[in-house]
Amino acid sequence: MYNDGMPQRFTGATKYVLDEELAKIVNISMALEMPLLLKGEPGTGKTMLAHAIAENLDMPLIVLNVKSSMKLIDTLYQYDTLTRLNDSRFGDSTRNVSKIEDYIKMGKIGQAFAGDERVVLLIDEIDKADTDFQDDMLDVLDQMEFDILEIDKTIRAKHRPVIVITSNAKKDLSDPFLGRCNFHHIAFPEPDMMREIVQVHFPEISQDLLDAAVKTFYRLREFKDMEKKPATRELINWIRALQADPDFGVKDLVKGDIPFLGVLFKKSPDYALAQRAISRFRM
Amino acid sequence: MFVEFFYTLRQVGVPVTPTSFLKLQKALSKGLINSVDDFYTAARSILVKSERYFDLFDQVFAHHFEGVELIDPTEFELTKAAKALLDEWLKDPQALAEALGINEETLSRLSPEELLKYFLDRLKEQTEAHHGGSKWIGTEGTSPVGHSGYHPGGMRVGGMSRNKSAVKVAMDRRYRDYSKEAPLTRQHMGEALKRLRNMIPAGPKDQINIDETIYQTMKNAGEIEIVFDRSLKDRLKVILAIDNGGWSMDPYIDIVQSLFDYSRSQFKDLKTFFFHNTIYDYLWADPARHSRPHKVEEFVKTDPETRFIIVGDASMAPYELMATDGSIYIEERSGRPSIERLHLLAATFRHSAWLNPKSEMEWPYTRTINILREIFPMFEITLDGLEKMVKHLMSKN
Repeated sequence: MYNDGMPQRFTGATKYVLDEELAKIVNISMALEMPLLLKGEPGTGKTMLAHAIAENLDMPLIVLNVKSSMKLIDTLYQYDTLTRLNDSRFGDSTRNVSKIEDYIKMGKIGQAFAGDERVVLLIDEIDKADTDFQDDMLDVLDQMEFDILEIDKTIRAKHRPVIVITSNAKKDLSDPFLGRCNFHHIAFPEPDMMREIVQVHFPEISQDLLDAAVKTFYRLREFKDMEKKPATRELINWIRALQADPDFGVKDLVKGDIPFLGVLFKKSPDYALAQRAISRFRM
Repeated sequence: MFVEFFYTLRQVGVPVTPTSFLKLQKALSKGLINSVDDFYTAARSILVKSERYFDLFDQVFAHHFEGVELIDPTEFELTKAAKALLDEWLKDPQALAEALGINEETLSRLSPEELLKYFLDRLKEQTEAHHGGSKWIGTEGTSPVGHSGYHPGGMRVGGMSRNKSAVKVAMDRRYRDYSKEAPLTRQHMGEALKRLRNMIPAGPKDQINIDETIYQTMKNAGEIEIVFDRSLKDRLKVILAIDNGGWSMDPYIDIVQSLFDYSRSQFKDLKTFFFHNTIYDYLWADPARHSRPHKVEEFVKTDPETRFIIVGDASMAPYELMATDGSIYIEERSGRPSIERLHLLAATFRHSAWLNPKSEMEWPYTRTINILREIFPMFEITLDGLEKMVKHLMSKN
């Protein structure tokens, strides 16, 4: 989840600290050919896991970002009637107008099925869609095939994709859905784990800064009544900000001076709350 | 040996389905699980589908693998599990057939007794054969999905590793925090309310209407005529009436109000009104219920498609509801009982609901709740309740 804003550095497993337990679960899900459903606080690396699997197993990654307005068919294929209409009128394209197949475009799930190699299919934030969508989608993923009605053709998956599904929802998904998935909840990393994660991102970081930053970070996370607690992504960005600031010294953090609060707290009530709490640190 | 584990999980209230248990057996038979650690991880991810049960699972796991003597499951327990199996069979014969490794036709020919016997035989077989697992279901021939897809190397493990045994990890009870019922926050409720919407065309015409385009093009003798439509936007009107009078409502007013404010941009119109205990002649637009009264009769003029939501504990003395001049405020003397007003509102708005912060279990014990439930469909202020309310408000009739 913490790859926003710095795409060039996140190429997958080289930037992902994998927990042994999670690795086992991934392997079991692949062996049982079941989708893996991941839940957990934002910023625990749910989305990143799919990237890591793709890099680790050297497979292409296809990402389906679920939206609330999405229909199942959009994820499978799209029949581009308008281009066909245009072609039939003007006839200046290389496509064959009488062949509907030329106008079928694959959606994300369609691509994952139709591709020649095995892929990792990441279905991100499934909880945004309604229950019917979720159940129908699992049907398709179970059967590993779907029909294109317009050309009366069945697309069957050549290779069963490795499917990772993420959900932010606090509420459970429907029972039939859960029944078909393996489930894992990624807990927020412990300070030790977090240190490793930071080190992966900043190999050059000094021990002092690392210790002070991680310690402060966990202290900030303990504040009560936060609407959104800072997560890994915020910590990484914060450390980057600290490093970029020439006036900053590690001693400030130890003293209780915390610059760039806005990087950590993005909601204004949280920001105000944190500011008040921190002023109490200093005394 | 795992049968007992399965029953204990069920006993303590982890919703484990027989199908998922059989999936776990399949994983065992494939040789994927070679240690107690592996078993812990695999069993949890396959059997437990919500982090709320992780803690229970940990406890059961620690209990079992610490050398506690295992007893044969009693007949009674078997019957219970068998019943669950049958339930599942009725719901989804295909999945069960797959898990048992027999095809659906064979399965459908089995009588319930035979199916049960088959299942129990499998379980018993498994208690002896789980090391080799060769006899277990789910071997190549019977699995409809095939094996070609499995990447033999699997994931490489890097980074952190745990030096503790699974039993130790389980005894740590890392997931204790998740087992508590999470308090209801704005974010949670927002999730439930997302579905409360009414899509109608709005904004610029920027979406192509394909059917209409084809029709018009045909009419034009093949000369292309592209027809655009407005895209759909959510334009739902909502009226919220909140009981902010009694102390019992205090903890909820803020959350309910801010929640609806949160989603204000989503609605075309959101109006909030206040009342105390029940509605008489007026609803008030200001929380102090003093300066900005709105006559209840006036609401008849509003769009009947507006969703009317009352938030209140609906608990009061019955006379406040039923008697003429029932109001506890001396200045509210209208000569009509409140219940008549409520009937008027319910008749005005086809889509209305009452949200009650009291838990549903307490409802039958308060007389006024029972009366009000007859007028407005009542829902709890919980995630489930909100979702049910949204469903009710969005239903067509």
